[in-house]
Amino acid sequence: MTQRVKFYQTGTWTVGNRLLDAEKRTVQATTERRNALTSGHRACQGCGEALGARYAVDAALAAANGKVIAVNATGCLEVFSTPYPESSWQLPWLHSLFGNAPAVAAGVAAALKAKGRTGVRVIAQGGDGGTVDIGFGTLSGMFDRNDDVLYICYDNEAYMNTGVQRSSRTPAGARTATTPAVGPHPGNPPGQGKNPALIAVAHEIPYVATASVSDLHDLEDKVKKAMSISGARYIHIHVPCPLGWGARSCDTIKLARLAVQSGLFPLWEAQDGEITKVTPIRRPVPVSEYLKLQKRFRHVLKDEAMVAAIQDIAERNIRRFGLLGQGEE
Amino acid sequence: MLKQIEGSNAVAQAVALCRPEVISAYPITPQTHIVEDLSALVRQGKLGNCQFLNVESEFAAMSSVIGASAAGARAYTATASQGILFMAEAVYNAAGMNLPIVMTVGNRAIGAPINIWNDHSDSMAMANSGWLQLHAETNQEAVDLHIIAFKLAETISMPVMVCMDGFILTHAYERVDIPTQQQVDSFLPPFAPMQMLDPDDPVTMGAMVGPEAFMEVRYLMHQKHLQALDLLPRLVDEFETLFGRRSGEMVAPYRLEGAKTVVVAMGSVNGTIKDVVDDMRGEGAAIGAVKVGAFRPFPLSGLRYALSAAKRVVVIEKDLAPGLGGVFASNVRMALRGLPTPVYTVIAGLGGRTITKAALKETFARAMADEIEDPAFLGLKREIVEAELARMHEKPRSGPMAENILRQMGLVGYRL
Repeated sequence: MTQRVKFYQTGTWTVGNRLLDAEKRTVQATTERRNALTSGHRACQGCGEALGARYAVDAALAAANGKVIAVNATGCLEVFSTPYPESSWQLPWLHSLFGNAPAVAAGVAAALKAKGRTGVRVIAQGGDGGTVDIGFGTLSGMFDRNDDVLYICYDNEAYMNTGVQRSSRTPAGARTATTPAVGPHPGNPPGQGKNPALIAVAHEIPYVATASVSDLHDLEDKVKKAMSISGARYIHIHVPCPLGWGARSCDTIKLARLAVQSGLFPLWEAQDGEITKVTPIRRPVPVSEYLKLQKRFRHVLKDEAMVAAIQDIAERNIRRFGLLGQGEE
Repeated sequence: MLKQIEGSNAVAQAVALCRPEVISAYPITPQTHIVEDLSALVRQGKLGNCQFLNVESEFAAMSSVIGASAAGARAYTATASQGILFMAEAVYNAAGMNLPIVMTVGNRAIGAPINIWNDHSDSMAMANSGWLQLHAETNQEAVDLHIIAFKLAETISMPVMVCMDGFILTHAYERVDIPTQQQVDSFLPPFAPMQMLDPDDPVTMGAMVGPEAFMEVRYLMHQKHLQALDLLPRLVDEFETLFGRRSGEMVAPYRLEGAKTVVVAMGSVNGTIKDVVDDMRGEGAAIGAVKVGAFRPFPLSGLRYALSAAKRVVVIEKDLAPGLGGVFASNVRMALRGLPTPVYTVIAGLGGRTITKAALKETFARAMADEIEDPAFLGLKREIVEAELARMHEKPRSGPMAENILRQMGLVGYRL
């Protein structure tokens, strides 16, 4: 069976790699990319997390000359990449528990410092549940101590590994296994949840960014920038989950892009407690464009008030971050 | 060098002599003095490049030493009581990954009711985590056990807890011989990890293991404990050769010649027990004692041998399995399985209740006459228990038990 090869991500309005100067091309576009998360793993088709992890870890490896140790929280990424005796990781990789990846990574960083292995860098990664819920205490501790760790959260907005239960990143209205849309209950209740990237900024750590698998250049740039800085750093990557969101596998990138373009997932950077850059929305779309591709919002689309409430969330983000060009860029 | 020193300060100096590379700790009484001293030593630059992490919880304390050990550093932490329960998930994880971490446990009760005083409920709760558990009788032994623990841990690549009775040892000032750096260096070589996170030789650690191999991984953990049963006595001998004293014996008999009744215990209470044995021997009683120095691995055959001539065994233990009785005593019975020797359980010293010579003597006398309930509760105030039972019987909403009992006793700031 033949496969059609796409040289460009259509519809992104971004410049193709081969039109750029060599040094500006993405790590993924080079033959030297390390494939840190190599093929053969057991992620679902269209998994945004697998994609995000490969982009992010390869970029980190490129920035650190291949000298990276990765710590992983329990979750989809851990389970699909390391069913004994197989491993997809082509770098030293440690999984301990669900809620302790930031603390484990802090320990690794401390050991490297004690041993004088200064050229080796540490990244830690986990999903939204492991990062924002059960691991939030250890994450805050890592920020507080300014441990020399880049923490990457792959946010697919629910506990996908255990069967799509609500997390504190589940958006308003979304149906999950523990926020079913039954009778008057609109899926996940609006007015709940937390924004870990802004909480990271409140810790005044050296670097915080949000990123999306829909913008590879931006994602890689942010990882590279994070790797050029010492201390605690946090990147929050939006990674659609076809299984949990009830979306088509082929729509992962499209959904990620619609989340950004609608204003539901703003892209920005912050340094030392100040937001320093936002990525403007080029072609705004209403949130319904994003919602209608996902079965988790099917009930929401029948509820005008709920759609309006979600649109309000997007509008607030647009105002707050200046996403329509009034940003600080 | 001989010093009149607090147990915690002495342990801090022993740990420092072991050249730790990463120390991580969260404050909890009664271990705090140990890590306070170590943090000062790190800041004074006396521990070379050692890193001291002030973490936000015991869960993070254990998690960060997991990371440090996996990255090839000699890693240490200390905890107690609620702290060890808060880190429980990571305690199991460290053992499952064969990381040779050393942790001091300043043994302390577990609430509710909240209580900061000594018993063994905390380390007992982790008895089956895979960690080796050594118990110190004196502060000298606590010092020596830490040095032995690092070598034991790193030789078999398993984590070791050094348990010392909270307050009774941690806060007691007594004479302790602190070894020299040269002595410790000649006993304890630099850490050569079995496994290490290294970009030049990448490995995956902490992979998921299904039913096809989990049993084998667990069996090998058991095997490592069996290995420790052989190794620890050799380390005790080696330690004696270099340091001139015996510390860390898993089974230490005391006046067993002709003893029909043998008392078995762990930790600092052995000192009091030996005094009582001396007194009763003076009065002609055929009594002796055995100190157990390791709860994991449990020295089944060593203990069976030591108790082989006993007509009865009395186990003094500082914890309680509600609904069963003794935990330590159950392990002692396992050592004596198939033998007719009665093993009496005496639950003593819970939540820091003082264990007096008089109470022990009275208990041993009853045991020698085989007139002791099993389990017995040393110094239990029966009238208080009866009154509270009556209250609960009379009034469905009788209120919180602990508070009722304190009110009934009219005790605030009661002297231990």
